[in-house]
Amino acid sequence: MTAIGETADLAEISLRELHTTLHALPRDTNRTAWHITNPRGRHSVAVGLDAPLSVVVEGHVGYYAGGMNSQAKITINGNAGPGVAENMMSGEVRVRGNASMAAGATAHGGLLVIEGNAGARCGISMKGVDIVVRGSVGHMSAFMAQEGNLVVCGDAGDALGDSLYEARLFVRGEVKSLGSDCEEKDMGEAERAILAGVLARAGITDLNLADFRLFGSARRLYHFHVDNANAY
Amino acid sequence: MCGIVGLFLKTPELEPQIGRLTSEMLEILTDRGPDSAGFAVYGHQRPDRMKFTLRGGDFATLPALIGGGAEIEIRDDHALLTVAASEEAAVRAILREKSPATKIVGVGDRMELYKGVGRPREVSARFGLPGMSGTHAIGHTRMATESAVTTAGAHPFSTGRDQCLVHNGSLSNHNNVRRNLVREGQTFETANDSEVAAGYLSWRMAQGAPLEEALHGAMADLDGFYTFVVGTASGFGVLRDPVACKPAVMAETDSYVAFGSEFRALTKLPGIDSAHIFEPEPSRVYVWERAA
Repeated sequence: MTAIGETADLAEISLRELHTTLHALPRDTNRTAWHITNPRGRHSVAVGLDAPLSVVVEGHVGYYAGGMNSQAKITINGNAGPGVAENMMSGEVRVRGNASMAAGATAHGGLLVIEGNAGARCGISMKGVDIVVRGSVGHMSAFMAQEGNLVVCGDAGDALGDSLYEARLFVRGEVKSLGSDCEEKDMGEAERAILAGVLARAGITDLNLADFRLFGSARRLYHFHVDNANAY
Repeated sequence: MCGIVGLFLKTPELEPQIGRLTSEMLEILTDRGPDSAGFAVYGHQRPDRMKFTLRGGDFATLPALIGGGAEIEIRDDHALLTVAASEEAAVRAILREKSPATKIVGVGDRMELYKGVGRPREVSARFGLPGMSGTHAIGHTRMATESAVTTAGAHPFSTGRDQCLVHNGSLSNHNNVRRNLVREGQTFETANDSEVAAGYLSWRMAQGAPLEEALHGAMADLDGFYTFVVGTASGFGVLRDPVACKPAVMAETDSYVAFGSEFRALTKLPGIDSAHIFEPEPSRVYVWERAA
């Protein structure tokens, strides 16, 4: 990819210098296009952004890349470590490779797209984010999810949606097992429209909506009831 | 936390560089474990000779005590004792009786094992890791949680000839497993939970199980959080517990398989930009073996 705008080479400057610059940009800045090179698996690359920037990271990143993002569109041309886009508020984080565990954890908004596979606990405690995984997700994905949409184009591992509060889980492939209080739901027109919208925003147009199944909360664990003790 | 690294070469080109590459990988993971560090390198076997890595005692007197062409090479506070291949039991007996202050850190036809308290870079430099060559190596940077910060508590743990293990995590049933293994004749030097995992694998392999089968047994019998990287004379294995709490990244090329707790540990490896990079799946045994 050709560099557009400004290049920040992490082989030359420190992560702290990069973030000091990015965090100081006003929301109406004209310096919107950034190209970050040589991330070399560093943690916390491009975190806490709060302006409508376009940031392309060339290479693999460590923990928490794109965490707490607001407004920015961050593209990682590589793999991401644990907790990518953790607690994102808005904007978009796109991982062109695979993501490790806890992708999109506790994220409140925005769009997280993982073009490869995601590891365990993808979307753990998600609170409104839309997450689209082109490949498969690991075990306990959407654990205690509260709001938003998790779209899995491949398979889901064990205990999908364990202790789910709300959130819609769309899965196209196999689901190894469902977690406590997660059940399959009928997909109506409203849910199909939501799925179509999320896939379109992720740029995925080659899949058939009818191939997806919908899972959600059975709402049996909302309130403590002693008969549920074995299910907690 | 703790940091683990491993490098298993499939072809001979990188063998002279394995110590340097391993020491770079360890140094990058200093902030996962600044308390102590250790490593095992599988070097080349000398015909009819075997190696003891030792610590403590008066090293200079050992060749005379043992006789039979024993050679000693002192590396900081450890020493490499090379003896005739058939002498393992005799050397153990002599050390026990005549030099009780000397502890055996590792024994093997090919394996040398060094560990110490301090930052990974200092530990590597003290023992000359960057200059070592070999076919595979594993290393560990330790943030102590379950037991004391001592050289004995540093990883890797070796409980069998040419066998060693590094562990990130904590085991919850190690006392029970240790009791059972002691009954089976396995001995332990420390109260460390990771040594129990090493002892368990040695016990399974002593019964004839190949590394892969021993790791499947570990999954059934060891409870807790773990990412294990294991070395044998010709093999390299990786296992993560079913919950997979502890991080792991692997890279594979035509010339090597590398393991790191985090990707950044792998960034200086040759050809990493075009390597196949993947996260080992929970509850899945990964084993690579070199042709003999």
